[in-house]
Amino acid sequence: MIECCPYPPYEGNEKRGIMEEALETGRPILETRCITKQFPRVLANDEISILLNKGEILSILGENGAGKSTLMNILYGLYRPTSGEIILKGKEISFSSPRDAIRAGLGMVHQHFMLVETLTVTENIILGSEPSKGGVIDYQLAKKQVLEISELYGLHVDPDEKIENLSVGLQQRVEILKALYRHAEILILDEPTAVLTPQEVEELFRVIRALRDKGVSIIIITHKLEEVMAISERVYILRRGKLSGEGDIKDLTKEELANMMVGRDVVLRVDKKGNGKKKEAVFFIEDLSVLKKGGNALLDSVKLDVSPGEIVGIAGVDGNGQSELSQAVMGLVKIDKGSIRLNGKEISTLSTRERIDEGISFVPSDRQRDGLVLEMSISDNIIIGRHDRKPFVRSAGRINHREIRKYAEKLAVDFDIRTPSVSVSAASLSGGNQQKVILAREFSRSPVFLLLNQPTRGLDVGAIEYIHSRIMEMKQKGAAILLVSLELEEIFALSDRILVIYEGQIVRELKTNETTDYEVGLYMTGGRKKGSLNDGK
Amino acid sequence: MSFLMFLNTDLLVATVRLSTPITLAALGATVCERAGVVNIAMEGIMIIGAFFAAVTAFYTGNPWLGLASGVLAGGIYSLIHAAAAISLHLDHVVSGAVLNILAFGITRYLMVLFFGHPGTSDAIPSFLGDYQFAVPLLSKIPVLGPVFFNQTPIIYISFILVIFLAWFLKHTRTGLHIRAAGEHPLALETIGVSVYKIKYLAVFISGLASGLAGAYLSIENNVSFTEGMTNGKGFIALAAMISGGWSAAGSFLSALFFGFADALQIRFQVFRIFHVPEELFIIFPYAATIIAVAGFVRRSRPPKADGVDFIIEKENE
Ligand SMILES: Nc1ncnc2c1ncn2[C@@H]1O[C@H](COP(=O)(O)OP(=O)(O)O)[C@@H](O)[C@H]1O
Ligand SMILES: [Mg+2]
Repeated sequence: MIECCPYPPYEGNEKRGIMEEALETGRPILETRCITKQFPRVLANDEISILLNKGEILSILGENGAGKSTLMNILYGLYRPTSGEIILKGKEISFSSPRDAIRAGLGMVHQHFMLVETLTVTENIILGSEPSKGGVIDYQLAKKQVLEISELYGLHVDPDEKIENLSVGLQQRVEILKALYRHAEILILDEPTAVLTPQEVEELFRVIRALRDKGVSIIIITHKLEEVMAISERVYILRRGKLSGEGDIKDLTKEELANMMVGRDVVLRVDKKGNGKKKEAVFFIEDLSVLKKGGNALLDSVKLDVSPGEIVGIAGVDGNGQSELSQAVMGLVKIDKGSIRLNGKEISTLSTRERIDEGISFVPSDRQRDGLVLEMSISDNIIIGRHDRKPFVRSAGRINHREIRKYAEKLAVDFDIRTPSVSVSAASLSGGNQQKVILAREFSRSPVFLLLNQPTRGLDVGAIEYIHSRIMEMKQKGAAILLVSLELEEIFALSDRILVIYEGQIVRELKTNETTDYEVGLYMTGGRKKGSLNDGK
Repeated sequence: MSFLMFLNTDLLVATVRLSTPITLAALGATVCERAGVVNIAMEGIMIIGAFFAAVTAFYTGNPWLGLASGVLAGGIYSLIHAAAAISLHLDHVVSGAVLNILAFGITRYLMVLFFGHPGTSDAIPSFLGDYQFAVPLLSKIPVLGPVFFNQTPIIYISFILVIFLAWFLKHTRTGLHIRAAGEHPLALETIGVSVYKIKYLAVFISGLASGLAGAYLSIENNVSFTEGMTNGKGFIALAAMISGGWSAAGSFLSALFFGFADALQIRFQVFRIFHVPEELFIIFPYAATIIAVAGFVRRSRPPKADGVDFIIEKENE
């Protein structure tokens, strides 16, 4: 690892003996020296020095919030480093915008796709580098060029299709084509697998290797250990903005990687002991349909049940009806058909408030938008919904602040909410602690039925571990739990049964210990239609 | 007196004339909002354009210079909106509202400064209405000929602009960048195109168009400037753009509809065919606006990042 900063200020090629030598061997193509990035409240990168060799696949591993995207955005000219140097092909460079980075041969596929959904594949690929005469775009030529590169790299996609009609896997392919269209020699992929099914990941890795063989140098960002092992030759590990390790993959084990990433030993698996035999179900959904305005179904005759002490996982690619399902259960969307029953009582005609009173708790997927009132204090967020009930309100309708504070303080301890005080705003908390506020509110009600929508989205390993253990605790206490998650890992870690949702239908039910993520992935993309596979076996 | 006697060629000619300022302002707003900047300042920009067109035409005696000056004044005035909404990250609606109020203050002040009194300016020596001309052949088409091809200069310019802007947005690099900026600005920035520049350009274009609309009011449809002569047309243009689905052609058609409502209203007043207070007729175009917006808006979709502030790196302070 490079000490910061042993080199004299870099002033051109002749002063740099070591670097030149390295160049003659033809290897390093990109290097960062002691890159530091200070955001207003966060030191996102702290003296990071990495080196990318020509034609290699390099991984950068780190938890959520470790600073990976920040570092890549600096390389790509989107952010400017607070201090530090970037050296490209032996020359110090400083990008003032992505335009410079693109000119220098960098391409980046961002964590959140940079595609304009209402435009076509061709328009997106050529955007900013349009073939044109006098400002008028030559669409004919553009389409031909797009077809040519997609042929060259084996990345097939319909050039006239609108982005909004493409699957996530194909959208990512467009992103890669976008970089290649600009002749990227260095391709940065920021968490490219986060949104993909196992099949799509495999396909992506095939593409990445093919690109490498054509001479493209690749940096792939991830927080998944398996992927690092599977795809790359070398790895750097980031932790809280600092470089915490590096090495050749062949010299490292998964456990070592996990340790460097988190800074301590991690339990890679939660203990999933059930509590014996299955009880009779308490929560039922039957024949539930929600139609879009146009008429096609967002949810199509969904049927499921959940027993006390059971976790049922809903697996699926984003946008296949998951959010409609939770909205329907909570009464946030009008249902067109079907019934929802809890403890034998029909609840689909009740208001959201009444459903909660029947014993439903809900953890929404967007904690900042739907889970919290960010501007309000932690204590107010913890009692919201019960703010008009005893003991939080006195007889004359006056709010009992003392009681609220006492209660919130107790829960803050119970749920390990790290905050200087319960009277600070929810906005000031980290993502993990915000989620704990929601858990405190929802779990403390002792619900009969618990609906969790992506309960650990975007959190770091520590917070994920904690939240998973609390969920298992609720299960042990006998809550019936429905878990919606886009992370297959999470589905497998927690659920007893897995239901796969595809285009608004539950296309498959599987026992967790009798299936694989590969099989689930297949159903998630509609690979197999309902019932066409022999059960379990 | 038959109701049908209203539906003659004159009514349609009046429709086009009354819709022209709405069309122009709505076209500009379309470009602006497609780039992601909400613009409700057309009313104010228009009045500024109208004033400078009239003043220039008055002092130079040349209405063409008036036209140029009105357009330019609109463009420059709109840059205040650009600076506020894009560079200073002010809420677009707030900035637009300020621009509207400010414009009426400015024009009143300048009226007194240039003409010595508020209200209406002195008449300009020569106005663009004098330059009416019939396009050979086309003006001979029954009904449509006289309606569309025997008009005055800015009306022709507005027709050309409808076609040009529809083509421009679809087929030019800048047009593509404008569309991308309104849908997903970061996608544009990360591909090396400056979103700020594109947004500034789009706001400026909308200013030019609204300025032209103003010039139409004061030196083509009229021979003088009158305070408040825009009379809500900038807001009706906003409605036309929305019910026209944020497209050039749609804006034009909606503007024609509003122009038609206005023309009809005037007829009703003049002929007094129904015996009701005339105030009820006057509200007719505005009521039509409300109905059209309520009816169409739900079906048309604004650009996804319309009115959303764009900051790459939130790190200043
Ligand atoms: N534009 C920004 N402004 C302020 N803070 C930021 C910004 N981008 C990222 N951060 C902060 O920097 C840290 C690192 O973020 P990021 O690089 O996105 O992590 P990673 O990609 O490893 O998950 C986080 O604490 C995040 O909140
Ligand atoms: Mg990231």
